[in-house]
Amino acid sequence: MTVKTLLTGVAALSLLSGIANAQDRTVNVYNWSDYIDESILEDFTKETGIKVVYDVFDSNEVLETKLLAGGTGYDVVVPTGTFLSRQIQAGAFTELDKSKLSNLSNMWKDIEERVEKYDPGNAYSINYMWGTTGIGYNVEKVKEALGEDAPVDSWDLLFKPENIEKLKECGVFMLDAPTEMIPAALNYLGLDPDSKDRGEIEQAGELLKSIRPSIQKYHSSEYINALANGDICVAVGWSGDVLQARDRAAEADNGVTVEYVIPKEGAQMWFDQMAIPADAPNMEEAHEFLNYIMRPDVMAKASNYVYYANGNEASKELLNEDVIGDTAIYPDEETVSNLYTTTPYPPKVQRIVTRTWTSVKSGQ
Amino acid sequence: MAENNVAAPVKRSLGGRLLIAVPYFWLFLFFLAPFLIVVKISLSQTAIAIPPYVPTFDLSEGWQAFSESFAEFSFENYVWLTEDALYWKSYLSSVSIAAVSTFLTLLIGYPIAYGMARSPQSWRPTLLMLVILPFWTSFLIRVYAWIGILKNEGLLNQLLLSLGLISEPLVILNTNAAVYVGIVYSYLPFLVLPLYASLERLDGTLLEAAEDLGCPAWKAFWKITVPLSLPGIIAGCFLVFIPAVGEFVIPDLLGGSNTLMIGKTLWVEFFNNRDWPVSSAVAVILLLILVIPIVLFQNQQQKMSEKDG
Repeated sequence: MTVKTLLTGVAALSLLSGIANAQDRTVNVYNWSDYIDESILEDFTKETGIKVVYDVFDSNEVLETKLLAGGTGYDVVVPTGTFLSRQIQAGAFTELDKSKLSNLSNMWKDIEERVEKYDPGNAYSINYMWGTTGIGYNVEKVKEALGEDAPVDSWDLLFKPENIEKLKECGVFMLDAPTEMIPAALNYLGLDPDSKDRGEIEQAGELLKSIRPSIQKYHSSEYINALANGDICVAVGWSGDVLQARDRAAEADNGVTVEYVIPKEGAQMWFDQMAIPADAPNMEEAHEFLNYIMRPDVMAKASNYVYYANGNEASKELLNEDVIGDTAIYPDEETVSNLYTTTPYPPKVQRIVTRTWTSVKSGQ
Repeated sequence: MAENNVAAPVKRSLGGRLLIAVPYFWLFLFFLAPFLIVVKISLSQTAIAIPPYVPTFDLSEGWQAFSESFAEFSFENYVWLTEDALYWKSYLSSVSIAAVSTFLTLLIGYPIAYGMARSPQSWRPTLLMLVILPFWTSFLIRVYAWIGILKNEGLLNQLLLSLGLISEPLVILNTNAAVYVGIVYSYLPFLVLPLYASLERLDGTLLEAAEDLGCPAWKAFWKITVPLSLPGIIAGCFLVFIPAVGEFVIPDLLGGSNTLMIGKTLWVEFFNNRDWPVSSAVAVILLLILVIPIVLFQNQQQKMSEKDG
């Protein structure tokens, strides 16, 4: 009797939820923190009736671990190119059904070509945003520490001990991402930033270790607030994040001026790609979401909010002047020619890279 | 009648046996099975795949393939741990940070528990409530709050500067000192509660007798109160020490680049390196390191209950 009641209850429940599913279509999106104008999600729901369940992360490593464990339940995820490439190899994504993506024609051919390196034929992903990894600094504090002619347009600011030692007091943060910092150090040493050579990687490690005593923290998101509040004076960071710090400081009117610079020696260019996990529960809705994101007005709205360049050529004319006109976001040709990209490390080299990074961070 | 008499005990003993089996089943399900999975991964190798290691047991390929995958196991990852000084340094540094924190927690916690146990009966529920109160707020938020207190422009530095005690802000955040503060703060209730329980049960007449016989108060404290509260001290210290060794959140949020703790090392192996097998091996060794104090703790508990019994 009780069992029967229970079974009827379960049956009724599953029937109900079945109906509910048919009515509320949903798409589960997993994106970087502070990486979208939330009104885009509301507009998407209004237009399509598809509910967006939005969740955020702040490191590629966390996303990758979830993807490789499988069964994430996410329909759209946003890994960076180098990570995407390895995840494709592991079979984590489903190939895009381009017949459902009519807005693909809006995409920027140059960016698509650069992404080929990670995703041949752009078969698994579309570009969401791209940017550079450079230096964010507090104008007043750096001037105070190093004088008027502080080398703020160069990696010398960070990698020359006599400079960074003077900045130590006011606080220096560095991204906790070996895939960013080791190429930056290799590039500064005049070596190939994409080097897979053990000796060269260890050389980069030595350089990073030599400035370690002056680094207050290795972290990939805290620097936004720390720069904006004036808690630190220099951070190696992602372009848009530093620019967000700049705007937060300007809004707060707290006497802090933050600037972002792509150092003259060159910087890393990266691509955040939207892709659909192989086991996504809502394939149809995921494609609709991607297609919506590729609309020029939507992409322009996103870039105007997060201060990152996007891979959508048609959106350019809709961008605010302080985005399209800012060379920190859309660098000029000369700067672009100085930017480098990297490829994923093979597993054996990855172990050396991580080990080098751990020893840089811990000083062991 | 006779039949019933024979049948009843058999039935009971079967039911009794089942009843005893239930806790063992839970123990297996929640403790042993996850541990065996971790041990299994620690003997595997990394791979670019989902999940990121081989071999994975797949019964769909038949029993033959299943049993053959056992041959792929190796202790390579454990060997790797011994080859790199980083791991041993992490273990040692975790144990020493946990030990120092436990000692500091005891120094602060004992007077609190003592004060609570000697307070008027009517206050005690309120005081107890105050100790438990922080648990009502998220642990993460409370650790974050310490960032606001300890940072260079934080409350503590502002206070010390305005009092003229220091002329330059102290750098506390992102150092080991901040980790000690975080651990002591977070685990203080775990020490105070068992200590309070044992101090409250303390027989007051013993102290009165000591006083009557001319024993000074401080001596009575060392000779009577401390030894009798020893079970509480030990229980409290283990409750602080054991989780502190494997702590990840506090060193990650409050610690600096040179804070080496095994929880962080494990995180790096698992997330940055995608090396599930090595991180599993690190976890297995950590468990072995912790088993020793846990066994000691168990023995102590057993002695206590025997005494009470």
